[in-house]
Amino acid sequence: MSILDSLLEKKTILPILDTYRFRGDQTAIIAPSSLMTLVDLLMSEGFHFLVDITAVDWLDKSENPARFEVVYHWLNLDSQERLRVKVRLQDGESLPSLAIRFKTADWYEREVYDMFGISFEGHPNLTRLLTWSDFPGHPLRKDFPLDGGDPFCMSDSTTPFTH
Amino acid sequence: MLWAKVPLIGKNKMPDLNLNDAVVTTRLDSIVNWARKNSLWPMPFGTACCAIEFMSVMASKYDMSRFGAEAMRFSPRQSDMMLVLGTVTNKMAPILRTIYAQMAEPKWVISVGVCASSGGMYRTYATLQGIDRIIPVDVYVPGCPPRPESMIYGVMKLQEKIEKESLGMRKDHVRRFYESLDLQEKIQSEKNLTGQQAIQHMLRQAAHDKVATIF
Amino acid sequence: MDSIAITKTQLDGDRMIVNMGPSHPVTHGTLRIVLELEGEIITQATPEIGYLHRGVEKLGENLSYQQFIPLTDRLNYTSSMMNNVGYTMTVEKMLGISIPRRAEQIRVLVSELARIADHIICLGINAVDIGAFTAFLYLFRQRETVYDLFEMAAGQRLHTSFTRVGGLFRDLPPEFIPLCEQFLKEAPKAIDELEKLLTKNPIWHDRTKGVGALSVQEAINWGYSGPCLRACGLAQDLRVKQPYMGYEQYDFDIPVGTTGDVFDRYLVRVEEMRQSLRIIRQVIKSLDTGPIMIDDYKIALPPKEKVYTRMESLIHHFKLIMHGMEMPIGEVYSSTEAANGELGFYLVSDGGKNPYRIRVRPPCLPIFSSFATKVRGRLIADAVAELGAMNIIAGELDR
Repeated sequence: MSILDSLLEKKTILPILDTYRFRGDQTAIIAPSSLMTLVDLLMSEGFHFLVDITAVDWLDKSENPARFEVVYHWLNLDSQERLRVKVRLQDGESLPSLAIRFKTADWYEREVYDMFGISFEGHPNLTRLLTWSDFPGHPLRKDFPLDGGDPFCMSDSTTPFTH
Repeated sequence: MLWAKVPLIGKNKMPDLNLNDAVVTTRLDSIVNWARKNSLWPMPFGTACCAIEFMSVMASKYDMSRFGAEAMRFSPRQSDMMLVLGTVTNKMAPILRTIYAQMAEPKWVISVGVCASSGGMYRTYATLQGIDRIIPVDVYVPGCPPRPESMIYGVMKLQEKIEKESLGMRKDHVRRFYESLDLQEKIQSEKNLTGQQAIQHMLRQAAHDKVATIF
Repeated sequence: MDSIAITKTQLDGDRMIVNMGPSHPVTHGTLRIVLELEGEIITQATPEIGYLHRGVEKLGENLSYQQFIPLTDRLNYTSSMMNNVGYTMTVEKMLGISIPRRAEQIRVLVSELARIADHIICLGINAVDIGAFTAFLYLFRQRETVYDLFEMAAGQRLHTSFTRVGGLFRDLPPEFIPLCEQFLKEAPKAIDELEKLLTKNPIWHDRTKGVGALSVQEAINWGYSGPCLRACGLAQDLRVKQPYMGYEQYDFDIPVGTTGDVFDRYLVRVEEMRQSLRIIRQVIKSLDTGPIMIDDYKIALPPKEKVYTRMESLIHHFKLIMHGMEMPIGEVYSSTEAANGELGFYLVSDGGKNPYRIRVRPPCLPIFSSFATKVRGRLIADAVAELGAMNIIAGELDR
């Protein structure tokens, strides 16, 4: 039985908003409030390996009001089964941090905070990971321009030398 | 370059000195530069892919020691030629300036690869579009990454350049950089900014003045 | 950089702050570690990364699927072939296509060569950091041969961009296999030489044994993968556990360690190079003849001579370049066993020409995140050995 089926069986304790399979990848969408319940369930099912945490910004494309999707990838090292869990969030909402359960979540959550501005409650040190501390904005948001609003006057870098 | 034959000097008699044998007249520039160009002390400021290729340059097959640039030093204070190998991001910009300031004079810089020279394929919010905006560069080596041969060619080009340059000009060059560094520190302390913000401020000012660099 | 600077008031008498990086000989690439020392013992380490953050993921959203391939080279620049393979596999998974057998075999061949080159750099530089310079010079001869092979195949030594969605950029030239066979003869000797220099060297033992040891449960919790996880004692190798590109056809072993310390990681990497040579031998023996590109002009560019002579091919060419491939709407995650561990790509497509979101799961980010905890209470010299054995590649760490 795949993990999606066993998750759907436990619908009473874990409300699942949607599930689907695409190209062999299993995805479950849950509400932010049931994230910790899901983590406990997954741990008991043997999903001890948190592969990745990232997010997607659906600025204007989303049909529902949620702007962000935080995406978790889990791997079961015994059965080699993978599961993707998505949590939908509005701008300004926050998620519980998984850093207590998975040490690897620490930096991933910092990166998501850095790149998308999504905050995680209970994170031990939620600071920027890749950009610098006074960086304006969050670069992977869709409304952030690729050149970042030209903070270092890069567009003038082709100006001829007039020394 | 010729070395003069110095005649032996007897105990009590004045040497029978032929001035042409004992003294070589030359310009100070050319003799100093001759010494400089053959004893370059490189420091790799390796940030990315080009640094991996630079390992090949230093390792057994390509072997840069054949060109008098053998003594690789990782401390800027012990080196006079910096090779900037790889992408320099905005976060890295103040560090690059500090490292350049710490280098022993005369400071030469080779910008290796397109990322260091112009930002290359990374025209994004995070990447500095060419290190020549913040520090003086002597030779640019194109390529992504350049082959080891091109890096060696870059060093040879620098040697040619050193041979021709005047000592006064080099001093002037470095002085102008120190002036800009003083300005940066002044801005930093006056406005209570980080190094990065100060550089950003100076670049903005430079763009306003229609100047390409901040030094 | 001021965010983690420590003020004078925080310092008491005996402690000293050492700033390792961002420009430092033993930091592989650009990263910064602020070490608080008591004598030579590290009481606290604060890593700061992002000095090579070039905005690759953001750039990927502005490029087409094919245009992103050159950027994957520059993630883990010591084994770019594997990044190419991992990324194109993800796009192929999204499209739901399978590629010709010969292309798969060549991908395996170049991936394993890249693995050897990556391990050579990791081991050589780790040894240099610890003070053993000779191994570096011995190993780099073999690495040059690997780069000669890459240059033959792809035209570039380091940044190969060899794969394309649906196959390969071009077929192997006829001189490739003879040189590869010669490499197969010479490389085992070089690996033996390396082992002679290091494996029984008492100084190497003193510097590496017991440094950075970790239990399997801890390693999984930290998100370890690749040689670092296998050195802890878990035989997790995606090539065997979740076979892709026909890895199940080849006969090879997964080396595992027991303690997960630097010495075990070294042994695992050395053995992996031998196993890679085994795979290469089998690939060459069973190399298929046939096409190296999928026969679908909606995905692969038609051959140049056809573009110049046939109207239809010209239209395909134009459509593919201007409008891109017809991507289904959806999302996929695909991972490969890269030299450092699990290299994953997560693609979100909205059906457009460019990926809507492209995420690289770098293997060394979770590994490096454990650095601060692991070196606390250890000597500063151990931190150097540990950092080298983690094989941090700043390009994929910061992206």
